[in-house]
Amino acid sequence: MATPLPAALRTHLTALRMLLVMTVLLGLAYPLLLTGVGQAAFPRQANGSLVESHGKVVGSSLIGQGFDLPKKDPGDADEPARPDPRWFQPRPSAGGYDPTATGASNLGPNSEDLVRAVRERRAAVAAFDGVAPSQVPADAVTASGSGLDPHISPAYAREQVARVARVRGLDRAAVAALVERHVQGPVAGFLGQERVNVLELNRALDALR
Amino acid sequence: MSPTLAGWLQVSVLVGALAACYRPLGDWIAHLFTSPRHLRAERALYRLTGVDGDADQRWPVYLRSVLAFSAVSVVFLYVLQRVQNHLLLSLGFPAVKADMAFNTAVSFVTNTNWQSYSGESTMGHLVQMAGLAVQNFVSAAVGIAVVAALIRGFTRSRTDRVGNFWVDLTRVVLRLLLPLAVVLGLVLVAAGAVQNLHGLTDVHTLVGGSQSITGGPVASQEVIKELGTNGGGFYNANSAHPFENPNGFTNWLEVFLILLIPVALPRTFGRMVGDNRQGYAILSVMAVFWVASVALVTFFEAQHHGAAAQAAGAATEGKEQRFGIAASALFAASTTLTSTGAVNSFHDSYTPFGGGVTIFNMMLGEIAPGGVGSGLYGMLVLAVVAVFVAGLMVGRTPEYLGKKLGAREMKFASLYILTTPAVVLVGTGLAMALPGERADMLNSGPHGFSEVLYAFTSAANNNGSAFAGITVSTPWWNTALGLAMLVGRFLPMVFVLALAGSLARQQPVPATEGTLPTHKPLFVGLLTGVVLIVVGLTYFPALALGPIAEGL
Repeated sequence: MATPLPAALRTHLTALRMLLVMTVLLGLAYPLLLTGVGQAAFPRQANGSLVESHGKVVGSSLIGQGFDLPKKDPGDADEPARPDPRWFQPRPSAGGYDPTATGASNLGPNSEDLVRAVRERRAAVAAFDGVAPSQVPADAVTASGSGLDPHISPAYAREQVARVARVRGLDRAAVAALVERHVQGPVAGFLGQERVNVLELNRALDALR
Repeated sequence: MSPTLAGWLQVSVLVGALAACYRPLGDWIAHLFTSPRHLRAERALYRLTGVDGDADQRWPVYLRSVLAFSAVSVVFLYVLQRVQNHLLLSLGFPAVKADMAFNTAVSFVTNTNWQSYSGESTMGHLVQMAGLAVQNFVSAAVGIAVVAALIRGFTRSRTDRVGNFWVDLTRVVLRLLLPLAVVLGLVLVAAGAVQNLHGLTDVHTLVGGSQSITGGPVASQEVIKELGTNGGGFYNANSAHPFENPNGFTNWLEVFLILLIPVALPRTFGRMVGDNRQGYAILSVMAVFWVASVALVTFFEAQHHGAAAQAAGAATEGKEQRFGIAASALFAASTTLTSTGAVNSFHDSYTPFGGGVTIFNMMLGEIAPGGVGSGLYGMLVLAVVAVFVAGLMVGRTPEYLGKKLGAREMKFASLYILTTPAVVLVGTGLAMALPGERADMLNSGPHGFSEVLYAFTSAANNNGSAFAGITVSTPWWNTALGLAMLVGRFLPMVFVLALAGSLARQQPVPATEGTLPTHKPLFVGLLTGVVLIVVGLTYFPALALGPIAEGL
């Protein structure tokens, strides 16, 4: 008869076997089951709610994107982005709407850097949209948590209507009506808050011509 | 509907949903811990792993099983990250560097889920699924198993046996966590969370730029991350990321998942000790802190004190438009009171007092309602202290649920209470004293101090959320916070299991005229006071230097 293993070693072997079984069950079978069922039953959502324009995928309705003018020098990483006036603009993003670098600014509530950034954004948005600085809503001057916020407040969307209509030579009332059609209420009337999806709005705007 | 009304409505519906689940779920968990029958799948699993499902363990053996399982888990998860470049689905990422892999392995095994890495640029899909998500399940199950042993200490008498860790672990995973995760994970997918094995999908944006859309088995990890009060995000942005938390409904559901098991466990406790009123009393204390926290964070964020929020006109920095103030504050209060640490908005940019409340929530020791299992055992240790304090007032030997609280029991309870503050305050002191580590703070002044205090509070209490301003991916921070998480998780477990063993040995004493009733409002008030004074006040000097100095 083999000598029995010491108790401590035996416990660790049991632990290892338990972990391996759990890994197969919870680490492989479970996520693959969910992936299989998810892909079969909800393929659009499971693959990131991708949206198309003119037959090509242009992004995800859940992931915000930038609407900037092309860079003067594409090789210059430090060249500041210039918003394209023909489009509704999203919120500031700490990561430049890059899904491989998500996150927030993490600047504190009394941070001088943040206060300066907020003031500069307010002045820039007011000048860009041709409105009084006091009319610029809070979401237009603060970065989101994810850096990918696909939404803006209805107030910020309405504030941009005049500029977009003017640059595109469109009827202001038509653009304003388009914005109102894109205002989404909270889910079930009370979960979350009112918002406008910028990519969806701009796609519709593109189709308006 | 006004935002204020909507805010209160989401809380009311949440409370209603939790109340509806309290009895059935709590009773179900009690059944798991008391039923002598094994499922067929469980018997097969015991055969595979060499476990004797009918054995009953003494507390040192139970403890050794917990520690062995956790040690093996840390090593396995560490190795998995170190060799991920050789594995399938690595997405081309290199091996995780040593100090970060250690920190992450400890973080997920201790149910902390502090993340010094950025998910979308560090971890391949296989490590996320077979490494991190597995620990999301089993670390949660370990916490629930330990509280089962403690409750058995109260219910059993004249025995040295407190249950079988392997059976508790297996049953919690197979009969509680996995079925809920499968069903609710699919609900998350239906609502918009992604679930695929893709790498990056390059798209041309509307203006002709390029964007790389990330993929991954996100929903399967998201659901257990909340349900097991883990909190480690698939992506760096955690539950603020639209793929993890796409809309107001999923946000509400995720808060519900965070609270579901911790809130139901007092029922399990009441049921097992044979007096449901004991469960209601514990739940009431938890509810007092949770309601107060939700109200305070919401109030402070809505008031938007702080220079930056004033300049912007609202405290929207670090918050998502689809959630807004009320849904962000509800999430923040719930995640910091439960040791979850998932975030749907970034606490570093919260107003001074709003962010201060989130730190204080963690400092309470994650007990209201706390992490799965760990919340209830933390609260029960404080209940022991509360009974003891009441006994001192009237000058008689205190007893709780028929068990005498003597010197031995009080030693374990006291050691439990001292462990976490010692780790938090020593760690924070050390970090502030070292010039190099101090320089890692993004913000200066009291807010910088708050960041360091938050980091150690979060690690030692196994919360895992962050005032993300500090650069914590350095070897010093990875090691220091890794050690804080280990000590903050396992040393208290040692004391809890020792207490369980000590209680189980006793012959119960009958209740008399002089016994303090522990199911009445008087006891709820007493326990609330003990939590505030014994735990909360320990940290007052540290809080005064950080959030209080900043807010005044």
